[in-house]
Amino acid sequence: MSDVTDATTGKRAPTPDDALRIADSKQGGPVLAADGTPLKRSLARALRVQKLRALALIAPLLIFVLLTFIMPIADMLFRSVENSIVSNTLPYTTEALADWEPDTGEAPGEEVFQALYYDMFLAAEAKEHTTLGSRLNYENSGISSLFRGSGRSVDDVGEDQIDMLEDQGEHWEDPAFWYAMMSGDGGATDEGILQQQRQRLANLTSDNFGGEIGFIPGAEIAGILPRTVRAYTAFALFTAIADEDVVAEEEPWEAVKVALIEDLRTTDLSGYSGPGAAELQEAQGALADAEPISYRTAFEGMDKDWADSDVWRTIKIYSPAYTTGYFLNAIDMQKGPDGPEARPENQQIYIMLFKRTLFMSLMITGSCILLGYPVAWILANLPARSANMLMILVLLPFWTSLLVRTSAWKVMLQQQGVINDTLVWLGLVADESRLVMINNQFGTIVAMTHILLPFMILPMYSVMQTINPTYLRAAKSLGATNWTAFWRVYFPQSVPGIGAGSILVFILAIGYYITPEIVGGTTGTFISNRIAYHISSSLNWGLAAALGSILLAVVLILYWAYDKIVGIDNVKLG
Amino acid sequence: MSLRAMNHRNPVATHQNLRLGFDIKRRRPLRKKHNGEIALAAPNGNDAFVEFERVQKSYDGETLVVKDLNLTMPKGEFLTMLGPSGSGKTTCLMMLAGFETATHGDIRLDGVSINNIPPHKRGIGMVFQNYALFPHMTIAENLSFPLEVRNIGKSDREEKVKRALDMVEMGDFGGRRPAQLSGGQQQRVALARALVFEPELVLMDEPLGALDKQLREKMQFEITDLAHRLGITVVYVTHDQTEALTMSDRVAVFNDGRIQQLDPPDVLYEEPKNSFVAQFIGENNTLEGTIKEVNGDIGLIQLDDGGLIDAKLINVSKPGERTRVSIRPERVEFNRDRLQEGVHTLKAEVLEFIYMGDIFRTRLRVAGNDEFIIKTRNAPDQVRLQPGQQIEIGWLPQDCRALDA
Amino acid sequence: MKLTKLTALAVTTALVAPAVSAQDMADEMTIVSWGGAYSRSQQKAYHEPYMEKTGVKIINDESSNEAVAKLRAMNEAGNVTWDVVDVVAADALRLCDEGLAMEIDPDEMLAAAPDGTSAEEDFGELLVGDCFIPQIVYSTTFGYRTDMVPEGVEPPNDICDVWDLETYPGKRSLEKRPINNMEWALLCDGVAKDEVYDVLATPEGQEQALAKLDEIKDDVIWWSAGADTPQLLADGEIFMGSTYNGRLFSVIEEQDQPVAMMWDAQVFDLDGWIIPAGLPEDRLNRALDYIMFATDTQRLADQAAWISYGPARKSSAPLVGKHAELGIDMAPHMPTDPANAQNTFLYNYEFWADYRDDIDAKFQAWLAK
Repeated sequence: MSDVTDATTGKRAPTPDDALRIADSKQGGPVLAADGTPLKRSLARALRVQKLRALALIAPLLIFVLLTFIMPIADMLFRSVENSIVSNTLPYTTEALADWEPDTGEAPGEEVFQALYYDMFLAAEAKEHTTLGSRLNYENSGISSLFRGSGRSVDDVGEDQIDMLEDQGEHWEDPAFWYAMMSGDGGATDEGILQQQRQRLANLTSDNFGGEIGFIPGAEIAGILPRTVRAYTAFALFTAIADEDVVAEEEPWEAVKVALIEDLRTTDLSGYSGPGAAELQEAQGALADAEPISYRTAFEGMDKDWADSDVWRTIKIYSPAYTTGYFLNAIDMQKGPDGPEARPENQQIYIMLFKRTLFMSLMITGSCILLGYPVAWILANLPARSANMLMILVLLPFWTSLLVRTSAWKVMLQQQGVINDTLVWLGLVADESRLVMINNQFGTIVAMTHILLPFMILPMYSVMQTINPTYLRAAKSLGATNWTAFWRVYFPQSVPGIGAGSILVFILAIGYYITPEIVGGTTGTFISNRIAYHISSSLNWGLAAALGSILLAVVLILYWAYDKIVGIDNVKLG
Repeated sequence: MSLRAMNHRNPVATHQNLRLGFDIKRRRPLRKKHNGEIALAAPNGNDAFVEFERVQKSYDGETLVVKDLNLTMPKGEFLTMLGPSGSGKTTCLMMLAGFETATHGDIRLDGVSINNIPPHKRGIGMVFQNYALFPHMTIAENLSFPLEVRNIGKSDREEKVKRALDMVEMGDFGGRRPAQLSGGQQQRVALARALVFEPELVLMDEPLGALDKQLREKMQFEITDLAHRLGITVVYVTHDQTEALTMSDRVAVFNDGRIQQLDPPDVLYEEPKNSFVAQFIGENNTLEGTIKEVNGDIGLIQLDDGGLIDAKLINVSKPGERTRVSIRPERVEFNRDRLQEGVHTLKAEVLEFIYMGDIFRTRLRVAGNDEFIIKTRNAPDQVRLQPGQQIEIGWLPQDCRALDA
Repeated sequence: MKLTKLTALAVTTALVAPAVSAQDMADEMTIVSWGGAYSRSQQKAYHEPYMEKTGVKIINDESSNEAVAKLRAMNEAGNVTWDVVDVVAADALRLCDEGLAMEIDPDEMLAAAPDGTSAEEDFGELLVGDCFIPQIVYSTTFGYRTDMVPEGVEPPNDICDVWDLETYPGKRSLEKRPINNMEWALLCDGVAKDEVYDVLATPEGQEQALAKLDEIKDDVIWWSAGADTPQLLADGEIFMGSTYNGRLFSVIEEQDQPVAMMWDAQVFDLDGWIIPAGLPEDRLNRALDYIMFATDTQRLADQAAWISYGPARKSSAPLVGKHAELGIDMAPHMPTDPANAQNTFLYNYEFWADYRDDIDAKFQAWLAK
């Protein structure tokens, strides 16, 4: 008997834990070790060393698994709720949109469009606007081209006014002049604006915008021309860090000039005497009569969809950094005006696919059990030599590529395929009414059963191998018929193998997508096919992540249920 | 060596154990029971309960594992099949149980040929070497199993299971799983399970092989005691000769697919019929030589080194025939005073003296044989021989058996 | 055959050698393409002469069908290992939108035509989006089994014959996605060609297209790999099916199957190169050098000797010759050939970029019903 437990005495061999327990149970003060420290502590120390050593041994694997498996999965799951792209790309717009009521059915007011202008301009410079367009297009078709088109023409906004400004003198196109004016004349500086814009650009591009750029906005000018300084600072950061140019040598982009024109309309220049004071006053005078820039008109000119309150509603709904939108989408729902609502019936698909995936995986698992059990039994009971031969046949599918195996089933099952030809030749089926056995659920179940069968047979086989044949003999000697001996004695002992095989096959099946894609037609596809589509084609990784999370949750729930019903210790691989 | 089994060689029927309420009076007549099982009862009351008649067995069609086996067992007998591995004893047991079919010959149980009866209809209890307790069932369920397949009602079942467990003193363990029991406990349960459906024939395939020595000796006693109390017939397979001698009414010594000798333990030990049996059972000294003279059943043997001894001729008879002389260590005498007048003696040199507590074991060189052992009782007057000492040894001619070479 | 290859090689080398001075480059680059016959045509027409010329070793990666996802993953991991990627125009647009492909300047980065026409003009309207460098024009069209045409009936020559199950019984195969199928359905439901995308932009139009597809749904096998329809045609599983014209060419001319091509309302589409965004300087220069080489007039015409896709440059068309192995004239097999291009349909990239997800959701829900 190699068991730790000795049934005759009912005692276990002492373990270190027992020592701890014994030490605990002592009433009269702690037991001391030979060196005077409490026994408990010195034992704990000894155990800790043991544990650390054990940890060190598994550390490489642990780190490997953490880096290559757990973290990517966690990252993927995080994507299912992550949505900071909207507020990162359109920080001022989302802020301005906070007060807008989508229910009015009206597009928001001028101040939102003005915020959108600055956001869009910078995003277009950083080429981030199309990414946001693609993201929002998942929620509202058309936003993709809306953003793409607007990004192209956003630098035309305020063209006329900029021309008027530049007509005032060449200094408005002179990088050095701008640089001097924005820096102030050695006076107080405003680091805060610089930090804000650094953060804004870092959020927008996911790049690091830290580092010296050779420009710090002046505090005085920042008080007088707040928009201009903000825009210029963003320009300066982008120029110095993204373009790696010298700020003082580059002419500011249009948004800076638009900001200046906007500032000049309201600001009071009378107290300002810093660099460019005269030019500013001159420009203010000249532009006093100019028509104010209408951002709304400008955007509506780029695309009439900007007047559509639906577009704005989408932006507003998805402006928080986290969203339930992907998960809602994954269960055939969407964010409506009054909270979550069911999608239109002609777009509902995921719930149905989840159900189908579970159903078909169960069917596949069931047919694997039915087909695999006798094979495993024969394998376990044959003499080693023949068993090895048969084992090779069982493992043969592993040695051929999945595509080849699946395609082979096509040749077998299709209407002009081997099976149909044989049936027609035998006269069992008329030539006109050949059976449809592929591009449907049947084909998927057949092909996947074949592919996953080894995963069922191997655990069953290894469990059956450990079942001593004398159990069957014993049962027969006790009066059991062959069937009773099998059913009452052999089968219960092989259940752990079935359990292990079933879990393996079921979990593999639930995530399969290549075979259903090839032979599944329209009724045999799985949820994984949609996940694969969103990963590789539509690039809607958030939705794919949400679908994947739900699938993972379903598997865990089933695993938990299995544990409750059958007991997970009833699963063994041999 | 105590031949305790001798105590039990009397007819079994008188020992029916009524204390445990086992009804084994059910004996005859021969009828089919409701489940098709053969009721085991001798048709004519003669001794032939189990019979092997000219049974042969071959697995590969080329060599015979069992060669022409003939064996007759009376009811209530405890018979042991003893032999080295590969001698065919287990095959015989399996043929009797129905797990192997005889290639040729007839196996009869209570006068009925059982060659074509499947194992589950033979109604033979069996205890396996590894106990074969069903690991997924509790002890009680294990015992209940043979009763369930016989469609015995629930209350009856529980009653019988309880009695059987009490019988092996395992009454408190009904709810446990086999893995929670020690080897000895599992052994008892296996025994109880083989008996619970009240078979008249129980087969045991090296049931004590996995136990340590002390437990094994205890179980040997318990098994024989139980078998005789219940009056069941037992065929017991072992390769341990001590076990065979202590437990059995008769022992069948197997070698090379044949029964070499079938006799009660004392006969087997004291009167081996050939040199294999002599070698296999107990400790034995052998000397090789040629028959010189024959005088009735005593022959004069000239050993290969020229020494002369007297020996009882067993399966050799003619002068000039080669023979292997066999003598038990405890029958060798070196005290001249105790030897008969006129017997031949041999010179011997003491090589080693081993003190073993109850006995002394002395190794000698005799007629070129360095492994000649003598055993002497540790008595107050016993001489302790010293290595290097030259002595003369002899024995009674009846104790020295001339066997085939 | 070998001689032809050698000649072609010699000709190309002779043509190119003076044009571009051999530059000393680091020695490896990874080019991603579709695999199969298409990759082989690129290997013959572009890679081999380029390797010959520069000594750069080109590593082929056949990942184009998942290029968008892989590029995005590489970009997120900050380790883009690809130098030049072959994608369809729609994917190029998407990659451009996602900031994963580099914007190009055609006149600066691409060779002018031999007669001096600028690259921008030579490629013309095929320069879709800001990142795409066109290479070939292909079309998605229908092929049919000639031996399965019922007796006494004209072979199908109209896109709407796909819907005519009575005249042309048998299964069809269509791609398992809305693109192309929706357009064809509307065309056959009486929508004028230039209104198709306007109609398709409305939910009603989408319903209309799906309703039209419903008529043949039970007789359709949906394919997802380009090799499916040719195989189904060869096996006689279907009567007619849509696929890329190059695939049909190989079934008809190379495998000699009883299959014919139906040139009607075939959807014109483009395939070409993109350069991943954010390549380091040296790799970028190498990629640009390769692109400059591989997209010039002669090289594009050379590719047409290996596969029946039309070169994307106007100036290449006159140079298209015979198939390098079969020796047949390639021009009549080009989707751009005037005889074939009588009634073509132009794929609208912007439309599909906007509506793909929405319509795909509806299409898949419809399929699963």
